[in-house]
Amino acid sequence: MRGVNAALGAAGLAAFLALGEAVPRLGLVKDDYFPPTSRIADALGDELGDGAFWSALGDTLTGWALGLVIAACAGIVVGVVISVVPYLREATASTIEFLRPIPSVALIPLAVLLYGTELRSVLLLVVYASFWQVLIQTLYGVQDLDPVADETARSYGLGTWARIRHVLWPTALPYVMTGVRLAAAVALILAVTAELVIGAPGLGARIAVAQTSQAVPDMYALVVVTGLLGLLINVGARSVERRALAWHQSVRGEVMV
Amino acid sequence: MKRLLLRVFFVLALPAVLVAGWWVASDSSTDVYWPPLRTILKTFPDVWTADRLQDDVLPSVLRLTGGYALAAVVGVTLGTVIGSYRRVRAVCEPVLEFLRAVPPPVLVPVIMLFAGIGDTMKVTVIASGCVWPILLNTVEGVRAVDSVMAETARSYGITGTARLRNVVLRSASPQIFAGLRQALSIGIILMVISEMFAASNGLGFTIVQFQRGFAIPDMWTGILLLGLLGFLLSVVFQLVERRVLGWYHGLRASTRRSP
Repeated sequence: MRGVNAALGAAGLAAFLALGEAVPRLGLVKDDYFPPTSRIADALGDELGDGAFWSALGDTLTGWALGLVIAACAGIVVGVVISVVPYLREATASTIEFLRPIPSVALIPLAVLLYGTELRSVLLLVVYASFWQVLIQTLYGVQDLDPVADETARSYGLGTWARIRHVLWPTALPYVMTGVRLAAAVALILAVTAELVIGAPGLGARIAVAQTSQAVPDMYALVVVTGLLGLLINVGARSVERRALAWHQSVRGEVMV
Repeated sequence: MKRLLLRVFFVLALPAVLVAGWWVASDSSTDVYWPPLRTILKTFPDVWTADRLQDDVLPSVLRLTGGYALAAVVGVTLGTVIGSYRRVRAVCEPVLEFLRAVPPPVLVPVIMLFAGIGDTMKVTVIASGCVWPILLNTVEGVRAVDSVMAETARSYGITGTARLRNVVLRSASPQIFAGLRQALSIGIILMVISEMFAASNGLGFTIVQFQRGFAIPDMWTGILLLGLLGFLLSVVFQLVERRVLGWYHGLRASTRRSP
């Protein structure tokens, strides 16, 4: 079954690439705008041999990773504190609901003024955007706490810290992991956006340069690279999630039987 | 009555504290980049006059609505088709996964090549970014249609459009709305970005103009307005969702109450 699906998927991918080759070759669209797959692949090969490409990739990944780590730590800490301290959740609900939908790109002009094209402007946008994903998921996760388990821990005389560590954290972890996975995708989007619009060094800035210098195949090649990067991040986040929660699914499985 | 007051207190207390904090902290600020909140608020009505709202905010919102609606129609239609046929899904999945992984803002330069810098480009950019979460969530939702329900519908002879509307889309709608919600924030981001790139009007364009002209308080009012717009759209979305998914939330609440 898996084999058939994989074969069908490969066929789909091949058809997609072949279509990309055939449509411009047949003159259905201008190949200035939409170069055939082979020329994009050529450009991609050139990029891979270029040192500047690798340093741009490194810049993008630095901004992404640093921003994600800061946002995840801040989101988890704030989320746990808000849910554990009495009344804090009610008091912060309206503010969170108000701040969350504010589009992070609104901060672009501010970031430009404050930090120019430094890494810090990228971080400002990335952290703001991914923080909410983690925070909201953490809040949901903590809310899912089983009252019986909590009462049991209390009656065994566990302190606040031990209860957070042994009761609350395992309950919230699956939610937090989902939040981090979502945040990883959002962080990549915002890192590339910041580079594209502000001009901070990275893949986004390279795309902007390729666009203004009419290097169309290179532009497509770089877009493909960002897509592959996004794919890699998704797959990576999923496998981290599966590994970190292995105990969780196995425990659930035993209970079911 | 007392509980109501308490709720109002909880809703308003922290925002009031924060705004007051900002007001006091920035009141004597001479930093060019952080003007006093007083100045920002005083500038607000001067900057966002009725004319400007009509010339800049309205076009932005219209583009967003157009692109979002297009993405919703395309996403739900394609998603239903892909989700309904196992083989189609297997063929499309890797390509879709890849296309979804491309960060939507990089589409702006690409689509600028085809569509120039007019409204078509902006609507296309918004639609092409918003469509993925809607499409993939629809696929998942359609796939997860309860098989007992599908069989029951079949044995009652419910087929064609009635089946599609009352069984498939109805049971996929919570998932579809999850996708629509994700698409909304992507749509706002793309609306602003496409206007920052190349435009002669629109919110993104105006805010960047202010920033380049070092009209800092004006820029701040633009940021505030974007925030308000984002908040407003999410409230509207919640209202629509509550209406459309009312049956679903009711069902969940009642199953939770009776274990």
